[in-house]
Amino acid sequence: MKQFNIISIIGLWILVPLTIHAQGDLLSELEEDAAAEAVSDITMATFKSTRIINTQSVELIPASHLDFRISHRFGQINSGAYNFWGLDQATIRLGLEYGLWDRINIGVGRSSFQKVYDGYFKLKILRQQTGARTIPVSLVWFSNMSLTTLKTGNQYIEDHFYTRLAYAHQLLIARKFSQGLSLQVAPVLVHYNYVSADRENNLYAVAFGGRAKVSKRISVNLDYIYRIDPIRDNGYYNSLSVGIDIETGGHVFQLHATNSQGMIEEYFVGQTTGRWQDGDIYIGFNISRLFSFAGKRTRRG
Amino acid sequence: MHTMKKAFLVFLVSLLMCPALTAQTITYKCSKGTAGFFSKAPLENIEAASDKITSLLNTGTGEVAVLIPVKSFKFENGLMQEHFNENYMESDKYPNASFKGKLLDSCVVQQGTAQRMDVEGELTIHGVTVKRVIPVQIKYNSDGSLQVASAFVVALADHQITIPKLMYKNIAEKVDVTLDLIFSPKK
Repeated sequence: MKQFNIISIIGLWILVPLTIHAQGDLLSELEEDAAAEAVSDITMATFKSTRIINTQSVELIPASHLDFRISHRFGQINSGAYNFWGLDQATIRLGLEYGLWDRINIGVGRSSFQKVYDGYFKLKILRQQTGARTIPVSLVWFSNMSLTTLKTGNQYIEDHFYTRLAYAHQLLIARKFSQGLSLQVAPVLVHYNYVSADRENNLYAVAFGGRAKVSKRISVNLDYIYRIDPIRDNGYYNSLSVGIDIETGGHVFQLHATNSQGMIEEYFVGQTTGRWQDGDIYIGFNISRLFSFAGKRTRRG
Repeated sequence: MHTMKKAFLVFLVSLLMCPALTAQTITYKCSKGTAGFFSKAPLENIEAASDKITSLLNTGTGEVAVLIPVKSFKFENGLMQEHFNENYMESDKYPNASFKGKLLDSCVVQQGTAQRMDVEGELTIHGVTVKRVIPVQIKYNSDGSLQVASAFVVALADHQITIPKLMYKNIAEKVDVTLDLIFSPKK
């Protein structure tokens, strides 16, 4: 009897602290709770910039942010020592792009090449994500309109404003396959209000693009546009660009080589006149600086 | 017989102790909280905050655990937020920042008064765990909730977060972290 009592007392003293500790590790409890809560993990930074090189990427600038973008192309490399292999000449596009919402961007730009004004609209339809919902790709609609103001000496064009307008529409489909690799494909339609008699008003094309990260802040990019052009040998070629993206804090610096001189869809998709094999290569860069007007309010999702 | 009586008394006392012990070991869960950090550098000040912080506190054992999903930190500048996750914190690889530790003093605070104490434990950021002693201030509110505040400094180098030379003037090597949490008894 005496022994039984002592054992029960000892037993209790052992059991009581045990029940306290049986609650287990608090941190693993939190981790389990977090894992159980179904939240969507939206894929970030499929590309570093809103452009892969020439083509638009599925990236949008966030709400209430303004992107000031300077795109610059030197002259053709094959223009020889007299033109310092193209570095003497330059064409430039200045752009201001604004995030109305996280999923809608608008932008305007002015290119020195052909003295073109352009305005665009970009809508993020789907965001690649995992977790509560799984969406394997990001989907973005892009439409722009351009006004070419270069004096042509052609009286019909000078008299008819509509002839100077052209439009481009594309559906960008991209997937970030891993931290290091993102690929994009986009059907493109470019409509020119006015073309010479031997050309079509509508041009269809497929744009391919991708980036491979070589370090945390540097990636190698490529874009290629295949034109489905029924007219062969019209002096226009498919656009191919290779480049690198370098991130430096608030800037993204893109350095590249391309056979297109124009920096908007109407020109680089449909009217690329250079050929890589002939050395018609333009060295260029894009600099983008992002300004935030978001204040301290939380960003919309 | 005498010893038997004594033993019985001890048994009774220990029985009485049981509810007292369990009453003390209430687990509190953080119901509302914010975690913020501030980096002060010559060229720019950077701050961000998260309201997705979760925490558990056992007032009996003094055990504390804190978990923050790194991607939940919101920045004023969207590009900074992206760089924070992509380049510095590598949030896809290390999705959470966490703390696991124990209060160094026993948690007996009068209602309405605040008590300062230290928590010793392991702070994990960017997948690197560092032993730390972190000061906290605990206050019992009249509604039964606990209010916990803490401010401490995190040296980026301790957690192998590297700043490129180019960014030394933009990002502080030591970042001020503040936590504000309200705990209520866990059901």
